[in-house]
Amino acid sequence: MLLIKNGRVLDPASKTDATQDVLLDGGRIAKTGVNLAAPDAEVFDASGMIVAPGFVDLHCHLREPGQELSETIETGTRAAARGGFTAVCCMPNTQPVNDNASITRGIVERAAAAGGVRVWPIGAASIGSKGEALAEIAAMKDAGIVAVSDDGKPVATARLMRQVMDYCNTLGLPVIDHCEDPSLFAGGVMREGPRSIRLGLKGIPAESESICAGRDVEIAALTRSRLHIAHMSTTAALEHVRLAKRIGLRVTCEVTPHHFTLCDEDVRYDTNYKMNPPLASRADVSALIVGIADGNVDAIATDHAPHHPASKDVEFDRAPFGIIGFETAIALTLGELVHPGKISLMRMVELFTTGPARVLGIERKIAAGEPADITIFSTHHPWTYHAVESPSKSRNSPFDGRTFQGAPMATVVNGHVVYRREQTAAA
Amino acid sequence: MLQRLEHLLGIEDLTREQITFILDQAKPFQEFQRHPLKKLATLRGKTVAIAFFESSTRTRISFTTAAARLGADTMNLQAESSSLKKGESLLDTVRTLEAMRPDGIVIRHSSSGAPEFIARRLGMPVVNAGDGTHEHPTQALLDALTIRDRKGKLEGWNLTILGDILHSRVARSNIHLLSKFGVRITLCGPAMWVPRELETLAPNIRRVARVEEALDGADAIIALRVQTERLHEPALAAEEYILRYQLTPQRLKLARPDALVLHPGPMIRGLEIDDAVADGPQSCVLEQVTNGLAIRMALLYHLVGGAPVEPPADKPQAKE
Repeated sequence: MLLIKNGRVLDPASKTDATQDVLLDGGRIAKTGVNLAAPDAEVFDASGMIVAPGFVDLHCHLREPGQELSETIETGTRAAARGGFTAVCCMPNTQPVNDNASITRGIVERAAAAGGVRVWPIGAASIGSKGEALAEIAAMKDAGIVAVSDDGKPVATARLMRQVMDYCNTLGLPVIDHCEDPSLFAGGVMREGPRSIRLGLKGIPAESESICAGRDVEIAALTRSRLHIAHMSTTAALEHVRLAKRIGLRVTCEVTPHHFTLCDEDVRYDTNYKMNPPLASRADVSALIVGIADGNVDAIATDHAPHHPASKDVEFDRAPFGIIGFETAIALTLGELVHPGKISLMRMVELFTTGPARVLGIERKIAAGEPADITIFSTHHPWTYHAVESPSKSRNSPFDGRTFQGAPMATVVNGHVVYRREQTAAA
Repeated sequence: MLQRLEHLLGIEDLTREQITFILDQAKPFQEFQRHPLKKLATLRGKTVAIAFFESSTRTRISFTTAAARLGADTMNLQAESSSLKKGESLLDTVRTLEAMRPDGIVIRHSSSGAPEFIARRLGMPVVNAGDGTHEHPTQALLDALTIRDRKGKLEGWNLTILGDILHSRVARSNIHLLSKFGVRITLCGPAMWVPRELETLAPNIRRVARVEEALDGADAIIALRVQTERLHEPALAAEEYILRYQLTPQRLKLARPDALVLHPGPMIRGLEIDDAVADGPQSCVLEQVTNGLAIRMALLYHLVGGAPVEPPADKPQAKE
């Protein structure tokens, strides 16, 4: 038993915002209320902290199987726990690709052995994510996938997307697409614009994303299926989502913390500024923040993409895309969105809990009988992020050395504290 | 006070004073090229690593000759003969060179930013001899020296750059350099090679679609090479380029009568430039090559020869 005392409970599902105690027992939430007594329970004093339903990350790469030099399920989930996440959805672009039930089962078993944060695998849409034949989606669903995606690249053609959506509709699985037009992307390494011209780096036009998002929204209309757009970074793609929602399509989207924090003007010859989609224009960043505030963006997802240091310590155009993101997500959301007053604290919690849960067709709330997954964070705790201290095997973050106000304080999964921030005087 | 240069990575971050200083420093080396005995002892005992990770003949020979005429030894690395093909990273390759204790490194690389990337990690001066589609600073310096010599000053002229501006590091370095001296720059070429964003590189840049309009009133013209090896876009038919953009004697007449014609080389005669223009009285092409030696000697003298080099890392151990 664990008694979380005197925290400010923020629960978007019930619109609760009150100082309460939460008692966890046997992997479930036993009860909530004021001045709960449980003499046998371990007590966590959450005074001055926010107590929220367990945060869910819809988008990460745990690199296992196949790229264990960069990350493993064990190291990745430890980093996720430090970031306040209680469940993470891992993309299928492993080696081999998670396109069949035996690989899915392997991931689920490795995650269970790691014993920390929940891992919800996402299965490939097509075999090998090659964009040809459908993967064994139903078998993977039985093995535990929560969505399908060919992430790393888009579902190759409109025709295949139609088949995938039709098929997943009958299975009740959302289709997550990495939106990109390969012919416009064409070997680009950063967003096309004044900065790419100045640096002499091959640019990727914003339309690479929005053209594909437009295609996907049309197919979602055709098939009446669930579409989720991954790591959305452009105004025009957001407009497609906005329209889709207005006409009642089941279309959702996510934005990463780095896409609402940095823009293409920040890019320099440092491969920690190289990710896909690339950092957007300043105008796009503003539009994304409007979408996050007005509800058109459903979730904040990290796109945690570890690459071992040697692979990133190369020329800009030769480096792999991606940055790690678990441990900075909460602090960046507080620092960029909540503290400046762009969104409320309740909206922030939604974006990490009920938002992603709705994408997956599940619930996330603090109520008796619910799974005992709780994220406890501080809105003001001062700290400095040092990538070298991360349990992740990778260090590729543009936020290394950044000082924040607000941090994850404890992560509780299935009633167990899987992470607790050391509160030393030095903090 | 003049800020001493640590590296030469690009023109963008140089001040007008630093550029003038380098051009002035090149002056005696220009005269030196006419001496019967072309060997100084200035850099005797120094070693310059010349690492070319991209094919080049003229720039490599120019740097090697500049170092030799200053009395320095050179270590030459060429991509095709290096271990890069065996999968070694750039960082490991340059660290290997560094371990042989050169006093400076000249690098050409097909990746934009590669010189800056190694400059952050090596404890010696780095000279950018051309990086991807980013900068080619010594080319812009030698072009500026050529223009200044011929026209007496840099300030206030109208410069027209013709060709594939998007993929040209020569164009970027020249734009950065000459705009610092108030030169008005006109860019002209096929539209997909002259994107709108180029106008944000510096003040006083305009794009013009028709070559006739672009040449009208020009004091100097840089005809860029059509770089077929660096094209990411579908290539334009050569006949189309010749029809619309080739620098011909007729078109050159639209410029000022004393307009200079520059070309970074290697020229493809009959494509971007007509024979009669390339060999005509307004052409500075061979002068550019000679001035390149002077500029590179001045830079190596300044960067490699100037200050005492940091003691080798193993020296403190030797004391103990």
